[in-house]
Amino acid sequence: MNITAATTGKFYGLKLPQLDTGIFGNALRLVVLPVTGILVFLLLWSVTAQKIDTSLGKFPGPVAVMEQFGTLYDEHQRSRDKEHAFYERQEIRNAERAAADPDYVPKVRAYTGKETFIDQIVTSLITVMSGFLLAVAIAIPLGIAIGLSKTLNSAINPIVQIFKPVSPLAWLPLVTMVVSALYTSPDPLIAKSFLNSMITVTLCCLWPMVINTSVGVAGIDQDLVNVSKVLRLPALRHVQKIVLPASVPMIFTGMRLSLGVAWMVLIAAEMLAQNPGLGKFVWDEFQNGSSDSLARIMAAVLVIGFIGFLLDRGMLMLQNLVSWDTAANQ
Amino acid sequence: MQWKKPFRKIASSLLLLTGFSTLALPTQAEELGYPEKEELTFGFIKLTDMAPIAIAYEKGFFEDEGLYVTIEAQANWKVLLDGVIDGRLDGAHMLAGQPIAATMGFGTKADIITPFSMDLNGNGITVSNAIWEQMKPNIPKQADGRPVHPIKADALKPVVEKYKADGKPFNMGMVFPVSTHNYELRYWLAAGGIHPGYYAPHKGDISGQIDADALLSVTPPPQMPATLEAGTIYGYCVGEPWNQQAVFKDIGVPVVTDYEIWKDNPEKVFGITREFAEKYPNTTVRITRALIRAAMWLDENNNANRPEAVKILSQSNYVGADYDVIANSMTGTFEYEKGDKREVPDFNVFFRYNATYPYYSDAIWYLTQMRRWGQISEDKSDEWYKELAARVYRPDIYQAAAKSLIAEKLASTQQFPDFATEDGFRDPQTHFIDGIVYNGQKPNEYINKFSIGLKSGQKL
Repeated sequence: MNITAATTGKFYGLKLPQLDTGIFGNALRLVVLPVTGILVFLLLWSVTAQKIDTSLGKFPGPVAVMEQFGTLYDEHQRSRDKEHAFYERQEIRNAERAAADPDYVPKVRAYTGKETFIDQIVTSLITVMSGFLLAVAIAIPLGIAIGLSKTLNSAINPIVQIFKPVSPLAWLPLVTMVVSALYTSPDPLIAKSFLNSMITVTLCCLWPMVINTSVGVAGIDQDLVNVSKVLRLPALRHVQKIVLPASVPMIFTGMRLSLGVAWMVLIAAEMLAQNPGLGKFVWDEFQNGSSDSLARIMAAVLVIGFIGFLLDRGMLMLQNLVSWDTAANQ
Repeated sequence: MQWKKPFRKIASSLLLLTGFSTLALPTQAEELGYPEKEELTFGFIKLTDMAPIAIAYEKGFFEDEGLYVTIEAQANWKVLLDGVIDGRLDGAHMLAGQPIAATMGFGTKADIITPFSMDLNGNGITVSNAIWEQMKPNIPKQADGRPVHPIKADALKPVVEKYKADGKPFNMGMVFPVSTHNYELRYWLAAGGIHPGYYAPHKGDISGQIDADALLSVTPPPQMPATLEAGTIYGYCVGEPWNQQAVFKDIGVPVVTDYEIWKDNPEKVFGITREFAEKYPNTTVRITRALIRAAMWLDENNNANRPEAVKILSQSNYVGADYDVIANSMTGTFEYEKGDKREVPDFNVFFRYNATYPYYSDAIWYLTQMRRWGQISEDKSDEWYKELAARVYRPDIYQAAAKSLIAEKLASTQQFPDFATEDGFRDPQTHFIDGIVYNGQKPNEYINKFSIGLKSGQKL
């Protein structure tokens, strides 16, 4: 049940080389070794890349990928210029029409050009955060309720257990159909594709958070519960003063796990459903079959990895900020 | 503000009568009416024949109509069709068979119409290098040692028979069950005596492999070369640039273009739902106007604009393949076996030969092939074919658009068929690889001419 057990477990039996922690050792551990690791990786990458010959040319090495980052940025700049011109043209057209048609209320339409790589990153980030926050809003109250009540736990646990292992992508067709059926505004404020991605993300982030929260809540130290009993705290204050603070480490562990899952799922969902975002960028490039495609996909892969890393670090920092039990943090 | 329009008209006529004519001169745009829906999303598949949509956007033809269009690549033809049906897309670059099949209810049932035919030709059939080696000895050679084109499926027949004798399935790829490519590949195979298999939807068989010598399956266009390379299929029929891509990457050899199977065959169409056309009539005509202008631009001055078009198409948000690969076919040549580049000036036709006019006879040809391969499981009368074609193909909308372009001097009368006498049927067409003549007026007679395929009265 406890997912954290796997991540916190240490291999006690196995003795691999360790570094002692002097000043020299620390410097080595924090700077030299990571840099060496990256360099070795880059070397291996460029050597193996040269040997892989695909139907779209050689597998891109680090240099080709760096070049593509440059191109992608240039494309972004060009697109911004085009956007500017688009709005200018529209203003003129609106003015012309307003002159010819007095009833006309000028309206500014959003730029219709393509989303650049940077736009796609922003879209993906917004989608993942919205889906994640929605999941938090559902999962944490639900997790607390389940953790506090054995009865509720028995009732809901089977559902959680059944839905937890479902690949999030299996949800996607269902989500798409339901959203299409229910969300039928002719001029929607939020794009359907955004809702689809977001709900899929929510559905996958839900379970780790529900489970971890409920385990955290159910596992509160009995002494704390007794204190609450002695003080005769009302139910809400009990949750507020005892349950929440005591289970914060577990709740955050659940959130961290969820966010990682969410990011992975989002990219896959975007690829599958062609919803805007980094996943669509990857898929579009794959479909293009241009000789730059692989390098561009690799660039996207690096960005996806880096963002995933930043999201995880961000959650960890947040966890350290709000959690008193630093021993539980990893 | 629809309800205000009549009042405005009355007001302006009154003004005219009282002499304030300068104030009330109706502009051209007013005659046509402003678009009811201005923000539109169109879908497409990464193929060069989506060019009219890209050009109408890039050259500002959509904006000239007051339309603000977003263009989105779609993952495959099914996703694209569903997008148009459920309204996620307002319109799309479609296989000619898609609106017809949807209206008929083969696959998904929905009322889709087309006011605009997007192009002629543009496809090819490619086989893997290994199959090419086995086919080559069966193909007669020219004086210079290069194979004589068009290559018929006769050359492939012994290879397929050998696979069959060895108990190995001969797999080939096409892009969609009602795609032009499916019918072209079947046409070519059957013309060479290779049976491509029947569909039997009334028995629930929609794989189309009953009695087949060659087993045809669906693969999305951009994945064709990779699937061929992986050995899952031995050949495929697909639009450009995916045949030239195979040549460039040394994966396979295009053996025949659809231009050689049926000279100037209708290909893609622009599809919208009937509901859309009824709800937004002005928008529909304006879309058609923009697309006609784009098609004219593409064929202007003997393809002079094509290099620019190729540059636009090679952008990653459109087709995205390399410039050289797209340019090969778009600029009037086609490279068969590597190094064997030949002139095919009409490989992609966007406007010449009335390419954009939605002829009923084009729709009926697709219907005859659906009947021939069992997708239409029962006999239908000639009238039925014509009625269905008239439900899907909408020359009325096309004519409204063309006439308004002529009125605004953006086009000339000579560029279009004579609308006064046009009945929607092309003259009987003779340019098929097997020499069979197609007369759209007599679909049943046409179906009975084929040696392979269902005939009148036959049912699986």
